[in-house]
Amino acid sequence: MDESMNVPVLPASKKEPSRLIVFLKTILAVVWKDLVTELRSRELLSGMLVFALSVILIFNFALELDLPTRRIVTSGVLWVTFAFAGTLGLNRSMAIEKDRGCLDGLLLAPVDRSAIYFGKAISNLAFMLIVEAIILPVYSLLYNTNLFSPGLLGVIILGSIGYVAVGTLLASMAVQARTRDILLPILLFPVAIPVLLASVKASEGLLQGLASTEIMPWVNLLLVYDVIFIAVAFMTFDNVVEE
Amino acid sequence: MIIEVHKLVKRFGAKLVLRGLDFSVNEGEFVALIGPNGAGKTTFLRVLSSLARPSLGSVSIAGFQLPAQAASVRRNLGVVSHLPLLYSDLTAQENLRFYGKMYCVTGLNQRIEEVLEMVGLSTRRNDLVRTFSRGMQQRLAIGRAVLHDPAILLFDEPYTGLDQEACDMLNQILQDVAGRGRTIVMTSHDLGRVQNLASRFDVLTGGIIAASTTPSALGHRNLLNFYRQALTG
Repeated sequence: MDESMNVPVLPASKKEPSRLIVFLKTILAVVWKDLVTELRSRELLSGMLVFALSVILIFNFALELDLPTRRIVTSGVLWVTFAFAGTLGLNRSMAIEKDRGCLDGLLLAPVDRSAIYFGKAISNLAFMLIVEAIILPVYSLLYNTNLFSPGLLGVIILGSIGYVAVGTLLASMAVQARTRDILLPILLFPVAIPVLLASVKASEGLLQGLASTEIMPWVNLLLVYDVIFIAVAFMTFDNVVEE
Repeated sequence: MIIEVHKLVKRFGAKLVLRGLDFSVNEGEFVALIGPNGAGKTTFLRVLSSLARPSLGSVSIAGFQLPAQAASVRRNLGVVSHLPLLYSDLTAQENLRFYGKMYCVTGLNQRIEEVLEMVGLSTRRNDLVRTFSRGMQQRLAIGRAVLHDPAILLFDEPYTGLDQEACDMLNQILQDVAGRGRTIVMTSHDLGRVQNLASRFDVLTGGIIAASTTPSALGHRNLLNFYRQALTG
């Protein structure tokens, strides 16, 4: 037999790394893999971006509004755009794993599977934030509305975290089904109503310059939603991805 | 026994796929699981690899129980299926690096070099997997499976879509892995290919192991005749 065919034996590991370090390294590995593959293929971001731009263009031409009315509808238009584009991205992100059996490759790794969830969720959040960072200036130009306030950006980040936290979990469930493309929105939108409602209301309050006492309840709701769904995903992801 | 399965039942809704299957493998054995389409071979391997939960029965691998100690079981397993489980937009080296990190492989750089050498892809280490032929992808998939040097290797129809040259190379790798004392369980319906490789042949049909034999017990008899007899009961 050819010498090069010899299967090398792995030397025994001297020291087992701690569980937390393994957990964090797994998250980093998944995020790195998702970012590098997306950087090369651009299939996920380009789809999300084209879709999001089309939605705000359609709204721009469909709603010929005066400036005060624009301020009222801005948060709704923005979050509809983010939610739809986000759903596209979530679906595609898990479909890429499933189509070539890579989801099995991930699940075969001897790691805490919730680390895989966090890795996928962080990548999905990064993609959603990139799309939002492009959409916001375009929207500002088209609607002649200034969207660059720290408060609004904070709400957008909190809302995106909540949406991605629940979306990644449900996308992992939906990807096992043949009807995954229609299943994810059906599962996601009802569960995401609190985060979308709170995001729209908080954004609207900030754009209209309402007092913080009127905005904070919605921001608190966003925070609670984020914490609850991250915890739920942490506890259930292992069962969700198993057949 | 490195693999012990007792009264394994796996059902999907009303459909019963594995019907009280008993199966055991000694360390270093090379077991070929042969059977017709729909016999439950892939489902059985998915249960062994912890990708599917048993509905009933007990599964013990390398001394660990499924599903309770699934992570410990997975540490001892390498799995190759007819899908490569590789990322087409990563290079060969990047794929191995990613999986190496997922398996916490120590001395990863050196290990990647060794494995790429083993599967004959050293010169293509920086090429994207999407530019690889099916045979090259399957060789890299084997590299991925042995990267963490598992005690047990599960192969699910590894010859699917491979040309003659790739099949020969796969045989060579399988022989070498088996020669190093690794335990192998491989499903296939290509009897000609497994006949010269395995140290035991189990016929899985109707969700149970219907018959089992070894090359020495077969003697001059043809594996195909044994297989047909097992299927007809």
